[in-house]
Amino acid sequence: MEIRSPAFKENARAALDDPQLRHALEHVKSGFIVKRAMAAEALPEFEKLRDSSKAIKDETLANLDKYLEAYETKVTESGGHVHWAESAADARDIILKICQSVGARTVTKGKSMISEEIELNDFLEGNGVQPVETDLGEYIIQLRGEHPSHIIAPAVHLARSQVEADFRRVHTHLPVDRDLTEPVTLLSEARKVLRAKYFQADVGITGANFLVAETGTSVIVTNEGNGDLTQILPKVHIVLASIEKIVPTLSDLSQVLRVLARSATGQDMSVYTTLSTGPRRAGDPDGPEQYHVVLLDNGRSSMIGTEFQEMLRCIRCGACMNHCPVYHAVGGHTYGWVYPGPMGSVLTPSLIGVDKAGHLPNASTFCGRCEAVCPVRIPLPKMMRHWREREFSRRLNPATQRYGLKAWAFFARRPRLYRLATSIGIPVLSLFGGRGRFKSLPLAGGWTRHRDMPAPEGRTFMQEWKQREAQKQGARI
Amino acid sequence: MNQQTPQSRRVGLFVTCLVDLFRPSIGFASVKLLEDAGYTVDVPMAQTCCGQPAYNSGDREDTIAIARKTIETFEDYDYIVAPSGSCAGMLKKHYPALFKDGDWAERAKAFSAKVYELTSFLTDVAGVDHVDVVHPGSVTYHDSCSGLRELGIREQPRKLLRSVGGLEIKEMPESDVCCGFGGTFCVKYPDISNRIVEDKTDSIRQSGAKTLLAGDLGCLMNMAGKLQRQGSDVEVRHVAEVLAGMCDTPAIGRRKD
Repeated sequence: MEIRSPAFKENARAALDDPQLRHALEHVKSGFIVKRAMAAEALPEFEKLRDSSKAIKDETLANLDKYLEAYETKVTESGGHVHWAESAADARDIILKICQSVGARTVTKGKSMISEEIELNDFLEGNGVQPVETDLGEYIIQLRGEHPSHIIAPAVHLARSQVEADFRRVHTHLPVDRDLTEPVTLLSEARKVLRAKYFQADVGITGANFLVAETGTSVIVTNEGNGDLTQILPKVHIVLASIEKIVPTLSDLSQVLRVLARSATGQDMSVYTTLSTGPRRAGDPDGPEQYHVVLLDNGRSSMIGTEFQEMLRCIRCGACMNHCPVYHAVGGHTYGWVYPGPMGSVLTPSLIGVDKAGHLPNASTFCGRCEAVCPVRIPLPKMMRHWREREFSRRLNPATQRYGLKAWAFFARRPRLYRLATSIGIPVLSLFGGRGRFKSLPLAGGWTRHRDMPAPEGRTFMQEWKQREAQKQGARI
Repeated sequence: MNQQTPQSRRVGLFVTCLVDLFRPSIGFASVKLLEDAGYTVDVPMAQTCCGQPAYNSGDREDTIAIARKTIETFEDYDYIVAPSGSCAGMLKKHYPALFKDGDWAERAKAFSAKVYELTSFLTDVAGVDHVDVVHPGSVTYHDSCSGLRELGIREQPRKLLRSVGGLEIKEMPESDVCCGFGGTFCVKYPDISNRIVEDKTDSIRQSGAKTLLAGDLGCLMNMAGKLQRQGSDVEVRHVAEVLAGMCDTPAIGRRKD
């Protein structure tokens, strides 16, 4: 996927000017937030579960190598294959080779952000293998040649009418006068079209919400059941997952699952929670003949032991973006790469470089709502600040910002000079603010473009206070 | 248990740079509220800013230098109180994180334990449960992010406001959502900040209140500036001004006719 993060400001401007997008983003605000709040409220132990989920992921990350090896051993024992992919290119090559080894012409796909990260669809298509997305949102996005704008609701930026138009454009074999006015009619049409694809597919590729080290199991949660059909019907099932998806045991899994759906959609559990362990065994009624797991690193292991390690706790619920005022304003595509919102603002610089993704950790008000709802308590604002520190020390931020800040800090570190400068400057500024505010002000265009600037009352507090104290002293004498 | 009476307890007022420069009346209102609660208030002249602009821009070196100065200036007081959740949050939650270990880490820890935001100091430490003032009319209260989420301030200002004579609180929808100020954010990303503050002024209008209050001058200047650009006649004030009964100065962004 083309990296458009350096153009964040331009992307934002375009998004803010898009009335349809604004309307679509209202649903994120009204829907997800209320549902999560109700789900959290309804479960007395929810906050404790957040603590234990955090602890489970921390313990996993502290011993990641051990758990990954244990996982591999178990997958191998159950007849599956684990493939280690250091980079996106490695993962693409591994997957293509597996597809080619069975002469695959079409592959069905369950929802996977890792697949977006490694740009799998374009690569497979370029090599003669047709990928078919089976998650409704992903299917719509694929028809439109777009990328997801949200990690759990990929088509959240679209209106129903846009989807209807896409379906009429692509599903030309269906009656023209069919009714597509309700979302459910769109869903059932997609189901009908996709049903045939499941049976044609030679390979099914899914992501994984979790990998269980104890049993060598991969776990997906979905609401449409498309993941099950994707991984059960074809001859080959490929699980594509990043290394931090590991949890140690099934018991740990059951804890983390309890916070995942509640944080994401406000459901107690997603409609389908599917555990797969290896290929079809003798006597199994169904299942794939081959079971492959492609484990992607792509820069994650280099986050271990740094100030960004805690980011690897992320279970991709999307709660941070659902609660983010910046995401609500500009939507997911503005962030310019795979992962939007607060989690993306921390993760993206790790994966593509802070030189390219520098805007992302800066475009936050640090309101802290993301951290307040994160099911594994990732300190997202703190980590965005760490990225700002790295940018500052590498001089990546604009020179005007740096000099402005340095000039301000020069005074802030020297109280006497600061007092002197402000006691002269502020009364002068106040004098010019005749009506109590400024419509425009030199060097404050960023502020006054959209709002008035309140003028200083008059003299500084310190000037007034000194005078008051002096008068008190005088009165005493 | 400390047996000192409040009068013998000294509060160092951390004025905050915005109050110092833009709205001294908030500083005087804070002094009055603290003195009325029985504390001796001092305003050390060596204070400047809490260092957030540097801290949130990734400039750790300047932040640490400013933090040391602030700690030196205030560490001998019994309490350090700021009329801002954001600055108090910086002093209380972020200063200790700046110093890994050694002498300064200890000093920062001891310092931060004594730091409070104004309204929560009044209710939670000073035990104030009412103020003896009158402010007829309706107000709506914006929960500034740092105060709310770093310091847990939500009930405290409302509790005090409920005791003000003639005052009616009309809650706005989503009072806990950011106003889009975000310190340097509002000038680095003015267009995004504008959309967020537009949503906020919509919420303020929906409350139907005549006056908007909050505990942080940065947020208040942002919201006042937007309301006034939109031609709204909602008055904007810091909560301390109302609680101290010191509303004779024109509201934020206004001048005497």
